[in-house]
Amino acid sequence: MDEQTLQDLKDTARRLRILTIDQIGYLGVGHIGGALSIIEALTILYYRHMNIDPKDPGKKDRDQLVLSKGHAGPALYSVLADKGYFPVDWLHTLNVGGTRLPSHADMVRTPGIDMSAGSLGQGLSTAVGKALGHRIDGIDSKIFVIIGDGESNEGQVWEAAMSASHFKLNNIIAFTDYNKMQIDGYTSDIMDLDDLNAKWVGFGWNVLRVDGHSFPALDRAIRKAKQESCRPTMIIMDTIKGKGAFFAEGKLSNHNMPFTYETAKEAIAILEKEAELEKAARLEQAAGKNAGGEK
Amino acid sequence: MGKIQDMRATYNDTLIELAAEDERIVILEADLMNASGTVPFKEKYPERAFDMGVAEANMAGTAAGLSSVGKIPFAASFTPFASRKAYDQFFISANYAHLNVKLVGTDPGITATYNGGTHMSFEDGGLMRNIPKLTVFEPCDNISLRKLIRKAAEHQGCTYMRLHRKGGQELYRGDAEFELGKGMVLRDGDDITLVATGFVMVPEAIKAAEELEKEGISAAVIDMHTVKPIDRKLIVEYARKTGAFVTCENHQVVNFLGSAVAEVLAEDHPALLGRIGIQDEFGQVGTLDYLKQDYGLTAADIAAKAREVLKKKNK
Repeated sequence: MDEQTLQDLKDTARRLRILTIDQIGYLGVGHIGGALSIIEALTILYYRHMNIDPKDPGKKDRDQLVLSKGHAGPALYSVLADKGYFPVDWLHTLNVGGTRLPSHADMVRTPGIDMSAGSLGQGLSTAVGKALGHRIDGIDSKIFVIIGDGESNEGQVWEAAMSASHFKLNNIIAFTDYNKMQIDGYTSDIMDLDDLNAKWVGFGWNVLRVDGHSFPALDRAIRKAKQESCRPTMIIMDTIKGKGAFFAEGKLSNHNMPFTYETAKEAIAILEKEAELEKAARLEQAAGKNAGGEK
Repeated sequence: MGKIQDMRATYNDTLIELAAEDERIVILEADLMNASGTVPFKEKYPERAFDMGVAEANMAGTAAGLSSVGKIPFAASFTPFASRKAYDQFFISANYAHLNVKLVGTDPGITATYNGGTHMSFEDGGLMRNIPKLTVFEPCDNISLRKLIRKAAEHQGCTYMRLHRKGGQELYRGDAEFELGKGMVLRDGDDITLVATGFVMVPEAIKAAEELEKEGISAAVIDMHTVKPIDRKLIVEYARKTGAFVTCENHQVVNFLGSAVAEVLAEDHPALLGRIGIQDEFGQVGTLDYLKQDYGLTAADIAAKAREVLKKKNK
């Protein structure tokens, strides 16, 4: 991944974080933690890897995303608005009566959503169905899935895992958002996932483990997964719940937390300041390079 | 005339016919492909038949996923597993998502016989009737089964069918036409209306009407194959005509046919009503005849209930 691409992805991720914090903050309450932990995953999928067309959301041979942890809907809404599936001002309608943007991802109401989800554990099964359907039709596209670590307590996840490898669905590329927290506490205290890698390996999957906030690592893993010839791939992402929002990052209370719009603006100002500082550092570095070149 | 085939064989044959006409048709099973009778389908269309193993929740979710990419999946298991074990998956992944999954529960109610209480579902129809927009139906013979499966395949939206598996019968002429949501009057009558659904109860209702006729009681018989949406118009018509009803179902008397008819009567045209069905009991093992007797689902039980209702009517 070249430096410019990396910089673009980082800038996009920051923009999406800002939109997500603003969206939930405007309402005053929401699933901020699990939305912010998957921003990098959504960014690399929608801005680098997925074959999609916002002007034709139903395109038959498009890549699809099943956001099985449907409560992270607001993060995906930020992406879809930024991509032009619908106007950005819709984001301020989150959870307002009659909205097109309900808390949990909903394919009936929101343009660009490939599957409804929200009752945890169900997304991977639907991905299996999509992948089987594409195989029948000879459609060479990928079904991406994001499941939560807490969600992985659900038995259905493992039924689906078994069937995806049984049917050799190499067109499924799944991610676990392993932020180590669930609603009632740390996953290790509530329902320990223990050796998560070994579990997926045991279910016959190609398993990769990455820093879920590192674009080069995510990019390598996705490219590797796309080359897999007969197994589905699980990319386990080590992430930080609430990443990038000072009031939420790493806090156990961040699953579905209230915060004021003032707090949101404060968090956004910090991200914007961070962007400015990074930009200044880059310019300085470039200037230094140029100066060095003249010697 | 040859022997009438098993209902499951008609299910399989109809799906094979449909699959030849429409490449979107696919089937799913949960380790009961032999029981559902769809092995021939799998032999004919191996790439369109999926045995998901003993995992009904995943089967329902997979069916939803197939539907989301344009397929028309028929997914089957025994009624308690198709309904109770996959309820949230069918509810959310398929129905809430406005998809097009055709769920099939086989061996409804007492027809589970020797499999007993764990496999004997008296509540699946009620569970399904609570899912918004879902069409819920139970064909009573091979002819209506064949035609109603076709209607379900054409219907845009999810359906749930209670499918009698073993044995067959023909209560209709081959050229009878059916619509989901439209009850069929099998026999007209003036004194009381017997509203029945399914393979076990419709013939018992017909027998009961014949028995009542001998006593000078004129009983109409309606095959209410579709319990949701219920045919309100037909119920009101017969409420006006007869003013008295007995519902007959191989299901708890609450939440399915008896309840649906009671709701229409109470809301639109009050009439007397007796309900034949399971009276707040669990399932158990036994032969079909034993179970019919034990739960009070025979023609004699229906006729007795009819006399009881008529007594109140004539007071």
